[in-house]
Amino acid sequence: MNKILVSGKVEGIVLKSNDPINFLGTVDKKTGIISDKKHPLFEKAIKDTILVFPSGVGSSVGAYTIYSIKSNNAAPLAMICKKADLTVATGCALANIPLITISDEEFLSIKNGIKMSLDTDSSTLSVHQ
Amino acid sequence: MELTRDEESALKGEQGETMQMAYRILVATGEATDAEKLIPIEWAHLSGVNYNTIGDAGEELLSSVSKDARVIVKTTLNPMGFDIDNVSNYKLDENFISKQLSIKNSYETMGVIPSFSCIPYEIFDIPKNGTQVAFAESNAAIHANSYDNLKTNKESAFSALASAIVGKSPYSSLRKEDTPNITIRMKVKNPNELTYGMLGFYAGKLGDTSVNISGLGEMDQRQSKAMCGGMGTSGTCAKFIFGEGDSNIEKIDFDEKEMQNVHDELNTAEKGDLITLGSPQLGLDEISDLTAKLKGRSFQKRCMVFLPRTVKEQAQKIGYITELERAGCEILADCCTCLTPLISKDDVDAVTTNSIKGAFYLKNSNGVDVNLKSLKQIVEDETR
Repeated sequence: MNKILVSGKVEGIVLKSNDPINFLGTVDKKTGIISDKKHPLFEKAIKDTILVFPSGVGSSVGAYTIYSIKSNNAAPLAMICKKADLTVATGCALANIPLITISDEEFLSIKNGIKMSLDTDSSTLSVHQ
Repeated sequence: MELTRDEESALKGEQGETMQMAYRILVATGEATDAEKLIPIEWAHLSGVNYNTIGDAGEELLSSVSKDARVIVKTTLNPMGFDIDNVSNYKLDENFISKQLSIKNSYETMGVIPSFSCIPYEIFDIPKNGTQVAFAESNAAIHANSYDNLKTNKESAFSALASAIVGKSPYSSLRKEDTPNITIRMKVKNPNELTYGMLGFYAGKLGDTSVNISGLGEMDQRQSKAMCGGMGTSGTCAKFIFGEGDSNIEKIDFDEKEMQNVHDELNTAEKGDLITLGSPQLGLDEISDLTAKLKGRSFQKRCMVFLPRTVKEQAQKIGYITELERAGCEILADCCTCLTPLISKDDVDAVTTNSIKGAFYLKNSNGVDVNLKSLKQIVEDETR
C-alpha cells in the first residue's frame, strides 16, 4: 500500500481492469454498470466490488458521477489504483469510498475475482485463501 | 500528510458530517499531490456552477451539502448558464432554468458571494502579496499566480469548495515552490490578444506546473487575460514566470509556425454565424474600449457579449450598455462563452470569436465550428 487517500475497512470480491476508467460517460450512475462498449469491463457491475484499476481519466466532473453512483447504492466497496488522480480522489472523498494506491508489483499480483480485505487503519491489504 | 489534532478530529467526523466530507476531500487531494500539511487560505473561488457542466449529480450534491455547510472565508463564484434577465430570449427548457436556480440558491445558502464571474481578479480587491487562495477557475488561478502575486494551485471544484468550508488547502505544488520545466520565447511580431491566447494555449501544453516566458513586451489587460485563458484550456500548468529562466533550462520558441499550428487546431471555419466576445468575461476597460470601437457602427450579425453583473451595472451607469445594444450586441451577465448552453449546434454552424478558451469549448463541448479573429478584425469585418 503506497498512499491512503480515503480511509476505511472493507471485505469483498475484486473487479479488476487493466485499463483506466473515465467515470463520466463510462459508468451508468444508476446501476453502476460499465456502459462503454470499448471498455474491458463492459456490462460488468462495479457495485459492491473492490474495484482495482490503474487510475481515473477524463473530466473532473467525473467526481460528481462517483458521488451519484454511491447515492444510487451502486458504488464499489473500495477502489484501489496505481496512480492517484484528482478526479477519483475527490470522487471517493465526496462519496466516502475507501481509496488507496499500490505499487506496480502489488497491482500485478491482484487477480480478478479473488476475495480481499482492506483495512487502512492497520495499513493491511490481504487476500483470502 | 501531517494533520493537527483538530484536523484529525474533523476527519473522524467529530465536527459533523459536512466538515468530515470537506476534510476527506482536502486529505485525498493532499495525498494525491504529496502535500505535507494543510495551510490557511484567505479566499476561495469556486467552479462547478453551470448546470450545463455539473448536471443533476452536481445539483443534487450541492443541494444536500448546502443544508448545513457554510463557507468561512471570502468565497466567490464562477459563471452559471444564463443571464436571468434575458433567459427567455434563448431556447432553454424549464428544467435547465430550475436546476440552475437551485444551484445558485445552494451556493447563496452556503454564504458564497454570487459573483458569477470567471474574472474575480478584476472585480474584487487583491489581497497582499503572497496570500494563499484557492481558485478553481483555471484562467483565474493562472492570473492570480502570474499577475496578482497570490498563491494557488489549479484547484478542482471540490477542493476549492472544501477549502472554502474549512478555510485551508493542502500545502503542495505551486503553494510551496515553482520550478518551471521550460522557457518559452515569444517570437511573434505585432501580437494581438489572439496571438497571446495562442501563446498561452501552446505554453499550457508544454508546462508542468509553471513556465518561464520571455519576449513579451507590454501587454494590456485583454491580452493578459487571453494568455491566462489560453493556458488554462490546454493543460495543468498554472503559472507564468516572466523572464528567460536559468541557462540550463530547456528553451523553445513560439514563432509564426508554432502559432499557425495552434491556429489550425482551433480555427475550423472561415466565417461564423454569430460572434461571441468573452471567455474570460469582459471587464470595464474592455467594455469601454469596445464601445469606442463601435462608435457609429453596427454589427451585421448577432454578437453576444459576456460580462460579470457588477461590470454590467457599472457600464449601464456610464452609458456603455445602451451604446453596445444600439450597435446590436446581446449583453449577457452572470454567464460566459465557455460551456454555454445558449449556443446550440442545432441553430449555429460556426461562431466567430477572439477567445482561444471560448474556441476550445465551443468546438469540443458545443460541437460547433470556430472562426478565430482578433477584436479589431471582428469590428472591421462584421460591422458597418
